Amino acid sequence: MMLPTEWIHNFLYALMPEGIAHAVELVLIALGFLAFFAVAGLYLVLLERWIAAWVQLRRGPNRVGPWGIFQTIADALKLVTKELTGTTKADMFLYNLAPYFPIVAALITISVFAYSQSLHAFDINIGIFFITAVSSIGVIGILLAGWSSNNKYALIGAMRSGVMVVSYELSVGLSLLTMVLMTGSLQLSEIIEVQRTGGWLIVQGHIPAVIAFMIYMIAGTAETNRTPFDLVEAESELGAGYHTEYSGMKFAYFFLAEFINMFIVASIAVTVFFGGWLSPFGITDEIFWLQPVWFLAKVFVIIVLMMLFRWTFPRLRIDQILTLEWKYLLPLNLMNLVLMAIIVWLGWTINF
Amino acid sequence: MQQEYIVKDPFKTEEYMINMGPQHPATHGVLRLVLTIDGEIIKKVEPDLGYIHRSIEKMCEYDTYQQIVHLTDRMDYLSSHINNEAVCLTVEKALELEVPERVKVIRTIISELTRLASHQLWWGVFGMDIGGLTTYFYAFRDREMINDIFEETCGARLTMNYNIPGGLMFDIHPNFVNRTKAFIKHFKTKLPEYDQLLTGNIIFEKRTKGVGIISKEDAISFGVTGPTGRGSGLSCDIRKSHPYSAYDRVKFNEVLFTEGDTWARYKVRIQEMWESISIIEQLIDNIPDGDFKVPTKAVINLPKGEFYQRVETARGELGVYINSDGNKNPYRVKFRSPGFSNLSILDHAARGSKLGDLVAIMASFDLVIPDIDR
Repeated sequence: MMLPTEWIHNFLYALMPEGIAHAVELVLIALGFLAFFAVAGLYLVLLERWIAAWVQLRRGPNRVGPWGIFQTIADALKLVTKELTGTTKADMFLYNLAPYFPIVAALITISVFAYSQSLHAFDINIGIFFITAVSSIGVIGILLAGWSSNNKYALIGAMRSGVMVVSYELSVGLSLLTMVLMTGSLQLSEIIEVQRTGGWLIVQGHIPAVIAFMIYMIAGTAETNRTPFDLVEAESELGAGYHTEYSGMKFAYFFLAEFINMFIVASIAVTVFFGGWLSPFGITDEIFWLQPVWFLAKVFVIIVLMMLFRWTFPRLRIDQILTLEWKYLLPLNLMNLVLMAIIVWLGWTINF
Repeated sequence: MQQEYIVKDPFKTEEYMINMGPQHPATHGVLRLVLTIDGEIIKKVEPDLGYIHRSIEKMCEYDTYQQIVHLTDRMDYLSSHINNEAVCLTVEKALELEVPERVKVIRTIISELTRLASHQLWWGVFGMDIGGLTTYFYAFRDREMINDIFEETCGARLTMNYNIPGGLMFDIHPNFVNRTKAFIKHFKTKLPEYDQLLTGNIIFEKRTKGVGIISKEDAISFGVTGPTGRGSGLSCDIRKSHPYSAYDRVKFNEVLFTEGDTWARYKVRIQEMWESISIIEQLIDNIPDGDFKVPTKAVINLPKGEFYQRVETARGELGVYINSDGNKNPYRVKFRSPGFSNLSILDHAARGSKLGDLVAIMASFDLVIPDIDR
């Protein structure tokens, strides 16, 4: 059976010379990701509001459109049309540059994932490494924003963020490394291929994989600066934290990047632990249009989990966050890595 | 030599000042704190007051005693019934007026409902201050029922006026008893939810235990009262030591915790909610029949002299001092507000802790800024 991506590919190559067709394909893919980025970001905001309302015994957005589904579009329009007010006593170059870092980092990262067998734009052999490397560029934007705003609250928020993200990157990296021991490859398509034959990695790797998943979820929540690790913007302590001096679309860049980062964290978890686009027990693996549905469904579950964290937990303090990482998660992670290595070496993984 | 080294040190750190407030989400009003911090560690906290000063005490000097009552619910707006009661008790004490039993019981029930509503709001805001927004909505779900009762009783939901010198403005609404019982029944099932959501949470425990410790001696010397003082083991419940209204005939425990940290102050308030429920339960079925007020003159002239009455508001000891020269207006009125004294120990309690702790400590004091500034 012909996949739609193949169909477009053949059509373009029949229509125009090879070089131009290739360029057009790249532009189409980029536009596709931009559109997906905007829609996903906006509707994750709405999902968060629904979940918050559900947890907090409220009704949530329900006025603009049925069940408030156009609320988020109205919000986006408001942010786009809003005047950009801000401080003039800032380091204007860095101040204006900062919002692009998180959004660009997030945009590059979401283009790497394998949404289905064929919906995979960029299958490089260092996939996991690339994701962790690029997604950590985002924190530079936060640091720049805080530093250049000429605001003490923003500065404190940015410094907290720098300290925290650098620490928790270790845990994210190590927990993913634990899983890479089983796949033997950093390439995302390879990782999913391993799971197609042997079952999802969280089942294959049983105990160490579950530990790695829990560490990954904690560290991933910290990476996205969400409650209980949201002391970057800690509204009761710092007003708005690093984006205190930003308004309108500049603020929206930070805001959208946070939600896309959540999508990224969930997507990595789905790819590495829950078989990516694979369906449970391979029941619908051959139906190509169900593959992205499975992927997004799994991402949805993990995102809802992260949103429930946010609306149930209070916030940690900066020293407690660092204690958690350096005294508990990191040693546990290293031991888990050794445990996983032993299990893979002795062949004690569960294979179907 | 040492000096030179410090100057050349590229990692030299400095203390810096930061303004927390007057517009700040954690100060719940217009309190301004001038913080001196070294990184995240607090070196000094200087509260700067006056942003909501309305000179209520001076205004009282130009008002009759009936009018003074209506100014007091603008001080600690979460304990407005209790504030009103304090002034009424002072005036009644000066006039040597004995109010009917019915008034005493109703006043006690209303006071305890006010305390419950105040503690509920405090709990919601406490959760919000340490980062869990959900508590706020849970608290407001229950507080709404009390506000409905108050609205039916006296027409207002925030700055309530129900007490007048000599009794109550009106008799209780026919629904009052039933609705209060319904609320108590509802809230007894919902208060354990508060514990489930916040108290047992490991993050919450880490954020509050050992934070902002106030010793009993410090609490006494700074004049800390109310749940804040009782968290330090200071027995300061006016309802117990100097009973007024119907507190002498109800059984309740004075909640005391000795740790003196934010956690202890939190537990005191949660326990106090149970005690308030118990007080209301004891009284609600036994409201005696009788008049709801004793008639007083339209213009009350207090005898010459000084009169003082203290009550226990949701925040601590409220003292009302009236100096009368025999006219229809007082010569001087002074309110000893609990918030002002409790705020004074903030610097002492917060020094050396982190910026995030300051917010938790402040939330555990349950400050109401109009009460501090008056």
